[in-house]
Amino acid sequence: MKEHAVLIIGAGPAGLETAYQLKSLGLRPIIIERNDKIGGHLAQWDRLFPSSEEANKLLERLKEQVKDVEIKLNSRISSIEKEGEIFHVTLTNNKTYDVSAVVLCTGFDLFKAEKKQEYGYGIYNNVITNAELEHYFKTHNDERIKEPKRIGFVHCVGSRDVKVNNTYCSKVCCATALKQACEIKEEFPDADVYCFYMDLRMFGKGYEDLYLKAQKEFDIKCVRGRVCEVSENIEGRLVIKAEDTLLGTPMKMTLDLLVLMCGMEKAEGVERIQNMLNIKSNHDGFIENGDTFIGLNKTKEKGVFVAGACTSPKTLPDTLAEARSAAVEVYRYLNS
Amino acid sequence: MIVEGKQKIWADYQKDIPDDHYYYVRSCIRQSFFPASEVTFLDITRNKLGKDFYENPYHTTCGGIAYHSDSIPQETAMTIIARQFALMHESGYENYVCSCITSFGCYTETLETWHEFPELEAKIRQYLWDSCKKEFAKPKYLAHSSDIIYKFRHEIAKQAKFKLVNAKTGKPLKVVEHIGCHYAKMFPSKGFGGAEYPHVLAGMIEAWGGEVVDYPERRQCCGFGFRQYFVQANRGYSMSNTYKKFESMEPYEPDLIITNCPGCPYFLDRWQYVIAEQTGKTYGKNGYGIPALTYEEVAGLVMGYDPWDLGLQMHQVAIEPLLDKMGIEYDPKAKYKGINNKDLGTPENPINIKIK
Repeated sequence: MKEHAVLIIGAGPAGLETAYQLKSLGLRPIIIERNDKIGGHLAQWDRLFPSSEEANKLLERLKEQVKDVEIKLNSRISSIEKEGEIFHVTLTNNKTYDVSAVVLCTGFDLFKAEKKQEYGYGIYNNVITNAELEHYFKTHNDERIKEPKRIGFVHCVGSRDVKVNNTYCSKVCCATALKQACEIKEEFPDADVYCFYMDLRMFGKGYEDLYLKAQKEFDIKCVRGRVCEVSENIEGRLVIKAEDTLLGTPMKMTLDLLVLMCGMEKAEGVERIQNMLNIKSNHDGFIENGDTFIGLNKTKEKGVFVAGACTSPKTLPDTLAEARSAAVEVYRYLNS
Repeated sequence: MIVEGKQKIWADYQKDIPDDHYYYVRSCIRQSFFPASEVTFLDITRNKLGKDFYENPYHTTCGGIAYHSDSIPQETAMTIIARQFALMHESGYENYVCSCITSFGCYTETLETWHEFPELEAKIRQYLWDSCKKEFAKPKYLAHSSDIIYKFRHEIAKQAKFKLVNAKTGKPLKVVEHIGCHYAKMFPSKGFGGAEYPHVLAGMIEAWGGEVVDYPERRQCCGFGFRQYFVQANRGYSMSNTYKKFESMEPYEPDLIITNCPGCPYFLDRWQYVIAEQTGKTYGKNGYGIPALTYEEVAGLVMGYDPWDLGLQMHQVAIEPLLDKMGIEYDPKAKYKGINNKDLGTPENPINIKIK
């Protein structure tokens, strides 16, 4: 069989796993990554739910699998033109590739927390995001986190929220919040930790166990209700207002740290690539895939495939599974 | 507090205000509560800033109080508003400026509703014709009068005779800004600074030398809340709102509260007296309260108007400690004299809050 070249856009978990599988199937994957390192959001994370496995270990395994794959870092696509069955790809540094298929593995961006102005991110010092807390777990370097006595987590920030036009569930935030709540409780055992949730969507393997462990072993207090307002008192502590919808009562609480569980949005700049490939977005703003049931990895455009969170929010196991199935779809397409 | 974060939000929530030629509509109740605020606004804008403001004597209530008290349906309120717009159109103006926050909220809500539901606008057009034989044109610009003072705050600062600064210590006065709920909470993009961190009054405080106090209950209602007060049985709830705000701002020791709503300065002022009489507690220093003024009154003080010409004797809380801090001279004997030296009468002294 001819060694077809396949362009993979994005060197996150989906891109790396897709490349590995394509290589295993005898194809020649080329990964284009706009950042200066591979791994996407996984490279920013400390530990993974539900088992608290180190994110770096998984990333090293994924990297090891693609050590023979051509990866272009700090690279952006200038143009993609299709001629017959071939895609002519030009990078901004004028390097060109002719490939037989393109796999979009562009992942997601975290919702910009400052858009939810009532939570005071970027206004009040002790309001941080899930990504910033994860960075703290990795580095233990964040001046805002100093022996907090009371910590709150707000679920669904930028998810299931009509006001910011994101009506979908981001799927990973509930489990991430409980994972992070347990971890910060481990770090500061005397702290009281509260999770403010709409619904706890603990659907995956081991997730419900994590939820029970958080309550039984770590005494995490889960409050069903949304935080509606955050402000700062004269001591610089946060004052939040929320509603406990199970008790049917408004709450006011003083916190030392508030962690916003930012959901997923389509990665910035992907629209430009979609336009080059004539690929539309779905109603949630992510890339539209071909078919909900049997064409998850396909798009309406022949030779263009998708994998991972570029089409909708996904967990890491789902992302890796989609990457494997994308490779099979590409292989089948090139051999049909 | 990260000031840059607020500045970014303020930059995002700006709106165009035309430079001149405004159609001005007064509030139903402000002239009773703060008798010189609107006339001061007109004097500043017309005579100090040289702007054209036109008033139409046929202007009536916007219907806002009845609407928010569930006394009239929305269509009735909209027909009243349509008539106001018709008067503006007949007068040859297109920049509509209202003095009342609730009116501003009603006008904004009406225009937005008509935008979303044009069939309702057509229905109201017919109602207006049937009832008044008038036709209306929608304003090109809608602004609250605090937007106008905000727009020209730096020009006012240039003409200022006093600053929001303690004349003895040189330190900025600590000023609480309280925004009327109907200014931007319903339509954040219609207010300078948006709903969460409004800049409309904070901008005036900064421009005139003061320091803005950001306290936890800043967003809380003043206590008016229409049905909280209009329904007599709810008045305890009204006062508990105000009490909550004062307890929250107390640690910051504010010198002044500045507001842009008809109800807010009234309730933040009068309830201080009731709280003091019920609990013995006052929130200013030495047994005084914290003055709660309109933005026009503050602009007037800054520009050197006589405090009694500004009607500051109509406030329950004594204004004198603020005047002393700002270094403004005043005649204590003239406090309760009206036009042509008419004796307005002297109020009785409350037990727990000093009023002079």
